[in-house]
Amino acid sequence: MADKIVKRVYLDNAATTIVRSEVVDAMIPVFTENFGNASSIYLEGQKAKSTLEDARARIAACLNAEPSEIYFTSCGTESDNWAIKGTAFRYAKKGKHIITSAIEHHAVLHSCEALAKLGYEITYLPVDEYGLVDPAQVESAIRTDTILVTIMMANNEIGTVEPIEEIAKICKDKKVLFHTDAVQAAGALPIDVKALGVDMLSLSGHKLHAPKGIGILYIRKGVAITNFMDGGAQERAKRAGTENLPYIIGFAKALELSLSEMQANIPRIEKIRDELIDAVLDTIPHVRLNGHPVKRLPGNANLSFEFIEGESLLLLLDFMGFACSSGSACTSGSLDPSHVLLAIGLPHEIAHGSLRVSIGKFNTEEEVMSIVPSLQEIVQRLRDMSPLYEDFLNNKHTPYTPCNRCAK
Amino acid sequence: MLYSDKVMDHFMHPRNVGEIEDASATGTVGNAKCGDIMKVYLKIENNVVVDAKFKTFGCGSAIATSSMATEMIKGRTIDEALSLTNKAVAEALDGLPPVKMHCSLLAEQAVKAAFKEYFETHGGIPEDKKAFFDVLDEDEHSV
Repeated sequence: MADKIVKRVYLDNAATTIVRSEVVDAMIPVFTENFGNASSIYLEGQKAKSTLEDARARIAACLNAEPSEIYFTSCGTESDNWAIKGTAFRYAKKGKHIITSAIEHHAVLHSCEALAKLGYEITYLPVDEYGLVDPAQVESAIRTDTILVTIMMANNEIGTVEPIEEIAKICKDKKVLFHTDAVQAAGALPIDVKALGVDMLSLSGHKLHAPKGIGILYIRKGVAITNFMDGGAQERAKRAGTENLPYIIGFAKALELSLSEMQANIPRIEKIRDELIDAVLDTIPHVRLNGHPVKRLPGNANLSFEFIEGESLLLLLDFMGFACSSGSACTSGSLDPSHVLLAIGLPHEIAHGSLRVSIGKFNTEEEVMSIVPSLQEIVQRLRDMSPLYEDFLNNKHTPYTPCNRCAK
Repeated sequence: MLYSDKVMDHFMHPRNVGEIEDASATGTVGNAKCGDIMKVYLKIENNVVVDAKFKTFGCGSAIATSSMATEMIKGRTIDEALSLTNKAVAEALDGLPPVKMHCSLLAEQAVKAAFKEYFETHGGIPEDKKAFFDVLDEDEHSV
């Protein structure tokens, strides 16, 4: 692809983010100077230990938690696995029923599926057309043998922000543990674990300009779940393994920066997002916005373009310099399009034509808006070669033979 | 990159996109639910495929295999064109990722579906050519 355009515009901040220079600067001395093992008793070890506990306290302060409630993990997926399986194994004698939603991240859904194979019963709550979970449905799904409710704070694909406080209150009243996957919400929404009323909360560093490979599980004081890894005494012996101190420092720095800049960043990002959505909906026909019009993450725009398929769209956008993602089957390696888009009721063919643009702190209004003419051109180009569009223009529907594998 | 340079070339610069207004036959295969539909148009004169065009709704490899398949049958006699296989299409594109192999089958099926329509409007499928159409019964996802 010799003719590839050099200028790149990164619009996939929900997938991962660039590590901020301030974060790199904070991490470097922990690689090169303060390199000790926090479990060692000599000076280097004790220095590392105090750096570790300082970072834990700073992170706790950002979340309105106690330092002893912060556990470092390797990623958001690990945090979700630990919260769900750790609760399931700890309370197996009390019950084996877990409630979640149909639109959770695979880290949650596949953890639940793994438990189902071990004899647990999982209730997958449906969502409405905007992707919202109904707290009343959570309440009526809770049984005497329910041991955990896990509902995400904000959805990674369509950006819908869930009524977590309300759900947490219901769980508290019913004396059922509540976990939330806040991986996408962190950095975009303020997170106050006490105000939210959650028992457990998962975070990931690389969604907010810290490196990949570091996560957090908040576990409220008094909540006991089984250990994730057995070994040394690290993380109160619940998650053994030498702490990844440089990345922990990076996470602390990134979280503090995101919080201190939130008031300035969020309105700016929301404004650009709305401008983008309006420009696309106004200038390209047969497009729909997926997710909630208001209760959505500041940087998330998820759009479905009828008559075209998402992977083709992504490849052409990539060629023009834009990095985005899609919920089409072809980009996931499976036959079905995104489970989230199907859960909000989109027909398969519309779900296949979805595009997620996720705007971050470092995107300028100008570069985000520069995707609009490219989208206009690409969508028209793909529609011009689409038999679905041809049928649409000819006002007829070709009777395609239903495919058994997909029509199930 | 997920795709070979040849796949990307045929995706970025697809050959034979469009419709043939006075087509001798067309063939449509696939399903919007699964994310790919191919429609092939053939213009046949004196037992020769004088023109072939396509329209495709699908991923990069679906578009590239449609492009390659139409290239491979253009200017060929019906007998030559009927011997097109999905394997040959994939090979001509320097291979496809394993999860995309069904796209090449879809391309073969689209071409065969068009020939089927052609024969059906020209006295029926000759007995000795019926085996060429067995591929239409294959499930694209089993590839």
